[in-house]
Amino acid sequence: MTQTQFRTALLTPDAPVPAGVIGPTGQSSAKRFNVYRNNVTTGLCRALADNFPAIRSLVGSEFFQAMAVEFVRACPPNSPLMAGYGLALPDFLAQFPPTQSLGYLPDVARLELAIRQSYHAGDHDPKAGARLGTLDEARLMQTRLRLAPSFRLLISDWPVLDIWNAALSGGPKPRHQAQSVIVARPAFDPMPHLLPTGAEAFLQALIDMATIGQAIAAHPDTDVLAVLTLLATTGSISEVMS
Amino acid sequence: MFDAAPNHLPPAPGVGYKPQHFQALISDAAPVRWLEIHAENYMGHGGRPLAQLRHLAERFPISVHGVALSIGGEADLDTDHLTRLKTLCDWLNPASFSEHLAWSTHDGAFLNDLLPLPYTVQTLTRVVDHIDQVQTVLGRKMLLENPSTYVAFAETSYDEVDFLTEIARRSGCGLLLDVNNVHVSCINNARDPVDYLNRFPMNAVGEIHLGGHDEDRDENGASLLIDAHGSPVTVSVWALYRQTLSLSGPRPTLIEWDNDVPDWPLLRAEAERAAGIIEAMA
Repeated sequence: MTQTQFRTALLTPDAPVPAGVIGPTGQSSAKRFNVYRNNVTTGLCRALADNFPAIRSLVGSEFFQAMAVEFVRACPPNSPLMAGYGLALPDFLAQFPPTQSLGYLPDVARLELAIRQSYHAGDHDPKAGARLGTLDEARLMQTRLRLAPSFRLLISDWPVLDIWNAALSGGPKPRHQAQSVIVARPAFDPMPHLLPTGAEAFLQALIDMATIGQAIAAHPDTDVLAVLTLLATTGSISEVMS
Repeated sequence: MFDAAPNHLPPAPGVGYKPQHFQALISDAAPVRWLEIHAENYMGHGGRPLAQLRHLAERFPISVHGVALSIGGEADLDTDHLTRLKTLCDWLNPASFSEHLAWSTHDGAFLNDLLPLPYTVQTLTRVVDHIDQVQTVLGRKMLLENPSTYVAFAETSYDEVDFLTEIARRSGCGLLLDVNNVHVSCINNARDPVDYLNRFPMNAVGEIHLGGHDEDRDENGASLLIDAHGSPVTVSVWALYRQTLSLSGPRPTLIEWDNDVPDWPLLRAEAERAAGIIEAMA
């Protein structure tokens, strides 16, 4: 018996018990082997359900469980850190025939991944952004922002934040519109916020360490005050470099 | 070399830490005197998990219990994972580090379960080499836990107690004796748990685990116990625990309850029961 044979049989539902795996009287026992098969499948499905509560709510727990079993067999985790399990789920949802037509699901899954990554990211001083308000305009233009390790940006063509809210707290029925979202973690609980329309490229320039002046010059139509206020008041900034 | 003492946990009850018990542990922990965490839940870079752990570590000795190192794996150990363990142990400086006689990763896939091993010369050599690597990287002695098993292997040539004794002798590691696993594995493999304990090398035992199990039967009607960690410790496991302490003397004893986690008073009652048995034996 090799671990390759054992592993293959665990993830293949109808495969026979590997040769040499026996019960107390020396005979092969499917029921005993199935304890491991069941532990592996249910354990990984539970980890997936923990990481994607909004997807589970949107598709229903019964469908989610059936989909999770397929996902676990196709994409077992490649890391032992279960908090990160499911990086491949957005692409899986886009290709899985029963969910293919639900075009918004992959971005909702990406938002859930961003929130989970934010939860475990490194700490920063959530008040660091307050310094922005003390700078005069000339100084502000020369300033660069370092965003927090827990900050995430998700650009979407779907009303991803409204769908996420509706899934988890029964908010209003989402209207079709593109929504890009930032995730920020002032203390321990990550919060998603709507990014002002059309501000994605400006924010990406700041992430890439452009000065505020350079980012404005490159993306002059942005509502700069709204973006900077959002970043400063949500605990998104870890350092104001001026 | 490594610290000669098995570990620095007190010979008293501990519990597996669950975040829902954080406030209760801060205000109302007695008789619980130490905590065990699953290493893999504290490998992020910050946030609430590490902040809570930092806070708890000021009050309680902490045992770091790894569940994913795959020490019995056929492949080399995952050095990224070993580095994460070292990072955690270096900042926390836990009272104990332990892992399992099992495998969970193969061909790059992590299967999230403690899978069984044939007890052969090849497995013995591999496990001893892996433990040596872990103890060298962490710079500390580890404890290895006896598994709960549902199957056996035709190629097995060692009895489990002899196998663990030889691993401890060759690697210098200590042992974590899970009394519930002894019960589950002995019933599942038609062996006598009392005999198992009588032959177990108690001088190497640095920690004891107690937990609940479920009962089922295989297709031939034979008992099949499942190590579920979702219910109270059973009467038969408490009896085996008393026998263990009569052989080992007082030892740090963990109540493990990982699924359907109970409210604090029920978990504390299990710890109180263990405390009573330890005190009666001391």
